[in-house]
Amino acid sequence: MATETNVLNQDVQSTDDWSGGKEPFKASYGKLMMWYFLLSDAFTFAGFLIAYGALRFSMPTWPVPDFVFSTFPGGLHNMPLIFVTVMTFILILSSVTMVRAVQEGHRENKNGVVFWMFLTILGGATFLGCQAWEWNTLIAEEHVSILKNPFGTHIENGVYLAGDGHDIKEGDTFVAGDPYLIHKKDDEWQNLPYRNEAGEIKQQEFGPKAFGALFFFITGFHGFHVFSGVLFLLIIMINAASGLYAKRKNGYEMVEKIGLYWHFVDLVWVFVFLVFYLL
Amino acid sequence: MGLSYEEGKKVVFKGMWLLAAVTVLEVLIALLGHGHIIDGFTLPKIIIYPAMIGLSFYKAYFIIYEFMHLRYEVKGLTLSILLPTLLLVWGIIAFLQEGNSWGDRREQIDQKNAREVMQVTPPESSQSSDVKVIEE
Repeated sequence: MATETNVLNQDVQSTDDWSGGKEPFKASYGKLMMWYFLLSDAFTFAGFLIAYGALRFSMPTWPVPDFVFSTFPGGLHNMPLIFVTVMTFILILSSVTMVRAVQEGHRENKNGVVFWMFLTILGGATFLGCQAWEWNTLIAEEHVSILKNPFGTHIENGVYLAGDGHDIKEGDTFVAGDPYLIHKKDDEWQNLPYRNEAGEIKQQEFGPKAFGALFFFITGFHGFHVFSGVLFLLIIMINAASGLYAKRKNGYEMVEKIGLYWHFVDLVWVFVFLVFYLL
Repeated sequence: MGLSYEEGKKVVFKGMWLLAAVTVLEVLIALLGHGHIIDGFTLPKIIIYPAMIGLSFYKAYFIIYEFMHLRYEVKGLTLSILLPTLLLVWGIIAFLQEGNSWGDRREQIDQKNAREVMQVTPPESSQSSDVKVIEE
């Protein structure tokens, strides 16, 4: 009798696994699919960043990040990587407040969820504002576009034969590897003439134009993720405040799902920050 | 969910300081390595690049395992998300190698391009004969 029930139980279990109603991964369908969406999104971003790497490796020179990203709001210059460090810190903070929102959700604490989500949205919006400022500086002041990249790097030593009215004066010397920015004056590019060590007179050349396209596409794609994340956070915060998720009694699972997405955006930024600004 | 509410809160604030500190460290390495902090002092790329890449992967690990809670999920779920990313290892090796090769052959490619342009431009006589063929 005992063995018979055992056999029966086994039969029932083996079909049970496929008959629905169970969660083998102990995660709901929605949460699981959010994970797999993020996995596929990770491949998209990886494709972009690998393309950046391949193109960068194929160029004889590449713009120097400490030089390209050295401006700071308020007209400050020569502050390499400081602004982007602030941006990174803002995104980390918003990730932290997101975790807090998810934790309050597990305790079914509506006010906590709404409060921490609100801070997360503020962080996301601030990050977008910073990015807008950075893009504006690059496009409007430094005239980088997807077609032209005025950020170059010297491949030989030499001496300038003219100044540009900014940082470079006539007679300044430079060595191979020094970065420069070609300025625009009255809508004309001011490629400065210089004399190299062999006595030849040459002009500053534009940097690899792939730089602009890669920068705007990749940070733009990431920024669009942040932007849509902020919209979703807003919708879910309003839903949470209205009591919709409290009725579901599932520990504010929707907040957990958007939380996964939000952390992923932060995760991608870790790698964008690495390849564009650090390396 | 693995952690109690109080423990979870602790992990969050620990994570905040950790991620901030690692980011600042990365930037310091970049600036020190490129000679922005001490005049005339730089570090070779072979030291700073692996350091920055390693620290970034540590940040990624922390975000995925703690913030995204992957550490506390079922093993099958964790593996089904992490294992596919191994494909990227080959992607990175292959494409960086490819890019490097384009770089090495840049001059050769330029020469070949120049040569092809000369061949493509046909002499006058053959061009007119081509036109005739089309007209017929």
